[in-house]
Amino acid sequence: MPMKTARLADEATETATLTAETKAALDVRSVQKTYEGQGRTVEAIRELTFEVGPGQLVCIVGPSGAGKTTLLRCMAGLLELSGGEVVLDGRPVTGPPDGMAVVFQEYGRSLFPWMTVRQNIELPLKEKGLGKAARREAVDAALAAVGLLESADAHPWQLSGGMQQRVAIARAVAYEPSVLLMDEPFAAVDAQTRAELEDLVRSLWKRLGVTVIFVTHDIDEAVYLGERVLVLSNRPTVLLEDVAVDLPPERDQLSTRSAPRFGELRGHVYELVQAAKLGQRPGGDVEEP
Amino acid sequence: MTRHPVIRKAFFALALPLLLLTAWWVATANSTSFFWPPLSEILATFPETWFNGRMVQDVLPSLARLGVGFALAFVVGIAGGTIIGLFPLLRALTEPVMEFFRALPPPVLVPVIALFTGYTGSVGKVVTIALGCLWPLLLNTVEGVRGLEPVLIDTARSYRLSLWRRMLYVVLPGASPRMATGARQALSIGVILMVISELFGANRGLGAAIVQFQRSFAVPEMWTGIILLGLIGVLLSVTFQFFEKRVLAWYVGQRDIERGA
Repeated sequence: MPMKTARLADEATETATLTAETKAALDVRSVQKTYEGQGRTVEAIRELTFEVGPGQLVCIVGPSGAGKTTLLRCMAGLLELSGGEVVLDGRPVTGPPDGMAVVFQEYGRSLFPWMTVRQNIELPLKEKGLGKAARREAVDAALAAVGLLESADAHPWQLSGGMQQRVAIARAVAYEPSVLLMDEPFAAVDAQTRAELEDLVRSLWKRLGVTVIFVTHDIDEAVYLGERVLVLSNRPTVLLEDVAVDLPPERDQLSTRSAPRFGELRGHVYELVQAAKLGQRPGGDVEEP
Repeated sequence: MTRHPVIRKAFFALALPLLLLTAWWVATANSTSFFWPPLSEILATFPETWFNGRMVQDVLPSLARLGVGFALAFVVGIAGGTIIGLFPLLRALTEPVMEFFRALPPPVLVPVIALFTGYTGSVGKVVTIALGCLWPLLLNTVEGVRGLEPVLIDTARSYRLSLWRRMLYVVLPGASPRMATGARQALSIGVILMVISELFGANRGLGAAIVQFQRSFAVPEMWTGIILLGLIGVLLSVTFQFFEKRVLAWYVGQRDIERGA
């Protein structure tokens, strides 16, 4: 396979030059994405640059249609960039990279319905080359972490929406990624389940030390979960503001959400998103949407 | 009526056939028509017609040809359909040709195929059956592969599943409900072609036997052949459903839940 070795060699030289200048887990550099098709071009992302440090939990919010999912798919290597580059652990992302897991919004459709919960979680581990015993252990640990051990032999469609999304999270966790991307994972579950799942993400993130990038349209959720909130403008997308969330690391649904600082941050991000909807760009200029 | 589910099911399955048989029995009981002999006479002729060697010499070869033809179509249809379904360019290239062949009624192929493979041998008949079964299998597989849930494909890609794992664990199971639809259509076309392929230049086989009975005015025997053919159809359909239920249990379960059943 001459092509593969060529690519690997290419990556190796890139790695050598890159590791010297960056320690970020994920580095998004001047990423641009323009969709072209049927005589119509849509500029989705104009220019995005940000870094996510190892072990950070960063939330990305923006008005609907801000290209959040586009950005996530670019970072996941599922979509080709029109310009710039995404660098994961010092290696440029050219396809779905090693060491990254994605949890999609459509939980029901990201699980293989013909497999049991256990088989769903196991499949990526098989690909990783884990032995049978190691796989079993990893699946059990992941299921225990999301509280679904007793559903291991059920099929995904036999579970509720919240449980299905927990299976998807367990699959990602068992894969032991260095970066976990989550694309509006709780947009389609009810409010109570959502609060539970938010706390689950926080606790898994703390325990595993994984870098998490969490895309959401929910401002409260972004402030509650994140250490930073990246607010995107409307299309064509640029970064409006990088908001540091200086809330204490121990968070819980009641006290954190009623803390005055939470209210201030929430209010600030809310104003930013409202401004973004009206076409606010960084630097104060307003562009007609 | 009883509440026992098995008995209930059996009742519903058998009620109408029994009713029809009774009606046939009563309507032909005193029949003197040469073409409509009493059902009692037809049933009495059944064992001597079929169990004196015809099962082995006529019925089994017909079923074997059906089996081989169907199996060939199954392998080629699913392999070809999967490849075509995966590559949009290939699909664009082959679609008009496939639509053309699908539009041809399979029986018109019989004489054409016979020209190349000879009238009397088994090869021509197997080819006829295989060609007729191929199109529903191929086209349904193409649609099944094309209609795969994009989120599942993204999931498979993001976990970097290798090509063969993607095939084995994602593409084939994902397309299997459509493949089963194609296989069911193919099976019924196959049975028709099994008979039709024997109408031209064959002296052995279930279809050939029925035609010979008809031409020699052995009317009760002809009727037994038609009944036997129907019974084979039922048996094939039951066998098919048995396997379908096992392989597609997940699909049926998911569909029932989505329908709120």
